[in-house]
Amino acid sequence: MRTLLAATAAAAVLLGAGCEKKSATAPAGPAAAPAPAPAPSAGNTVLIGEVFSLTGDKATFGISSRNGIEMAVKEANAAGGVKGKKIETRVYDDQGKPEEAANATTRLVNQDQVVLVLGEVASSNSIAMAHVAQPAQVPMITPTSTNPKVTEVGDYIFRVCFIDPFQGFVMAKFARDNLKLNKVAVLRDLRSDYSTGLTDVFTRKFTEMGGKIVAVETYNQGDSDFRGQLTAIKRAGPDGIYIPGYYNEVGVIAKQARELGLTVPLMGGDGWDSEKLFELGGSAVEGHYLSNHYSADDPSPRVRKFVADYKAAYGSVPDALATIAYDAAGVAIAAMRRAPDLSRKSIRDAIAQTKDYPGVGGSVTLDERRNAVKPAVVLKVGKGKFDYVTTINP
Amino acid sequence: MGEFVQHLINGLAAGTIYALVALGYTMVYGVLKLINFAHGDVMMVGTFFAYAVARGLGRPANTSFLGVTVIFLVAMAGCALLGLVIERFAYRPLREKPRLTALITAIGISFTLSYGFQLDFGPLPGAAPRAFPEIIPPREWLILGDRAVVIWNWQVISLGIALLLMVALQSLVYRTRFGRAMRAVSFDHRTAALMGIPVDRVIALTFMLGSALAAGAGILFALKDTVVQPLMGLYVGLKAFVAAVIGGIGNVPGAVVGGLLLGLVEEFVVGYSASSWRDAVAFSFLILVLLVRPSGLFGRATAEKV
Repeated sequence: MRTLLAATAAAAVLLGAGCEKKSATAPAGPAAAPAPAPAPSAGNTVLIGEVFSLTGDKATFGISSRNGIEMAVKEANAAGGVKGKKIETRVYDDQGKPEEAANATTRLVNQDQVVLVLGEVASSNSIAMAHVAQPAQVPMITPTSTNPKVTEVGDYIFRVCFIDPFQGFVMAKFARDNLKLNKVAVLRDLRSDYSTGLTDVFTRKFTEMGGKIVAVETYNQGDSDFRGQLTAIKRAGPDGIYIPGYYNEVGVIAKQARELGLTVPLMGGDGWDSEKLFELGGSAVEGHYLSNHYSADDPSPRVRKFVADYKAAYGSVPDALATIAYDAAGVAIAAMRRAPDLSRKSIRDAIAQTKDYPGVGGSVTLDERRNAVKPAVVLKVGKGKFDYVTTINP
Repeated sequence: MGEFVQHLINGLAAGTIYALVALGYTMVYGVLKLINFAHGDVMMVGTFFAYAVARGLGRPANTSFLGVTVIFLVAMAGCALLGLVIERFAYRPLREKPRLTALITAIGISFTLSYGFQLDFGPLPGAAPRAFPEIIPPREWLILGDRAVVIWNWQVISLGIALLLMVALQSLVYRTRFGRAMRAVSFDHRTAALMGIPVDRVIALTFMLGSALAAGAGILFALKDTVVQPLMGLYVGLKAFVAAVIGGIGNVPGAVVGGLLLGLVEEFVVGYSASSWRDAVAFSFLILVLLVRPSGLFGRATAEKV
């Protein structure tokens, strides 16, 4: 029986090891040394690099982002490019893996000699990229990575979206002011930085505004049975549940909540934004609320024109990722036009001065920490789509 | 009171799945003294077989009695074949080698299946989770109070199937010629071979039976949690292994009792203390049981193992 115990322990260790991402494969050599002064603007073109997940389980994120950037670049070239040069892009696929994202960035920076890098949706991949771009002093803009750590890597790293804690703030305000909720329960992903960040700010803001958190339950990524937590939440009798998780768990949670007779509204963040939410949650996800970067239903003319152009080019309604990537490319191109020359340093300085850039996903101003200060939208889950409810300003 | 009963039902439903998966662990351990760590992943593969057949049949057909029977049979047959292949090519060549070699091989097969199924070409499904078709449309079986307690039809069906399979397996082991051969192989396979028992065939059949059981458990699991994904076998497999050890590995009723007990313990930890303690408590429970009864709850009651 002693062998049994040992085997259990071994299995537990192996199981843990199996869940970790290997990160030792990224070559650190070329990334560590800053590239010698490049002449990236030689010739008649200027090259922009992109790193996204075009394959793997997050492929839709990468493909949308690439489409958005392509569209922005095409429009800029039609309007004469920058400083008389055509903009060209080079895209590398990172398969959704941080180590591949680092490799791809190294290649863009050293071999392809790009003037700036646009990339990644997942924060962990963007952080890996930033650790290559920063020492090489290549400006990098991430469209949709919301973890605060990304831009903390250094002064060449920017983002054109809000950061995680802001979503907690938005939903707390919405729950209190619009839904008039008094007692809210929280169900969060125990090991996710994203989920913890949103929960902390939500809890603080909601209590500050006079609401009460009546229960806090947790789950682990990959769980599929949430009935215990939900039964405990039901006992606490909340009038709403905040679930700042990802769509693959949220869909199942919504189903099981309904199964147990919980009918109060569920609330979450941009982690819910996926077609998969409808597949996994069915009709059980309808009528719940999430905060997001943008809504295709927004009635403003800027959004209407973008949605129409995107539909004409790619045949689908642009999601938030495509939209914010479009804005990221727009911010980069505007900065290149403003910069005195097309060196990486000048472009960086120009990006840092971005103020009131009229993006489709809201006006973009970069603060001194290189994060965008911009509004968020609240959406309601409908039949196979997300409906626009309101916009909440910082 | 209402929520206590609801927790009890949730726990039993989760425990039923552990129990069914634990039965497969226990059978294979019984004849081979091998902890087949790939068992949870065989379950996952079975669930994907069922997913494919259910999608292939389409909406009204896959909810009919005939349709559901076909889904179960195809998934179980597919898994039996997979079990046969795994036994023949991964475990049989190692049978006379030190036991650790086979154990590591089992872990290798487990990872090959769970990570292989995340690839995205040919018939492989890719890493994204999918909604499992409702082949037994969920219906409220019993509602108590003001919806304080809700029992669903699939919860009753699953528990019924688990108990039925336990009884069937118990009588297979103790009342058939094949069962007698299994017990003989378990006791000493060399001597059994000398007595004219076809050891290879008995072991292969045991693997097929265990794998078919896993497929059945997988379908019930997918009906319960409505989602399938390639990593689902890892945790369920580990929990079921814990359940089998708690009950006394190699013992059929022990596996069922261990599974139900583990499901209940987890549920009550989540319900009445912090939900983040669930896994820690589940594994502490295992250690506690092993300290008090090193051969599991049912380990000593039957001197003769399956």
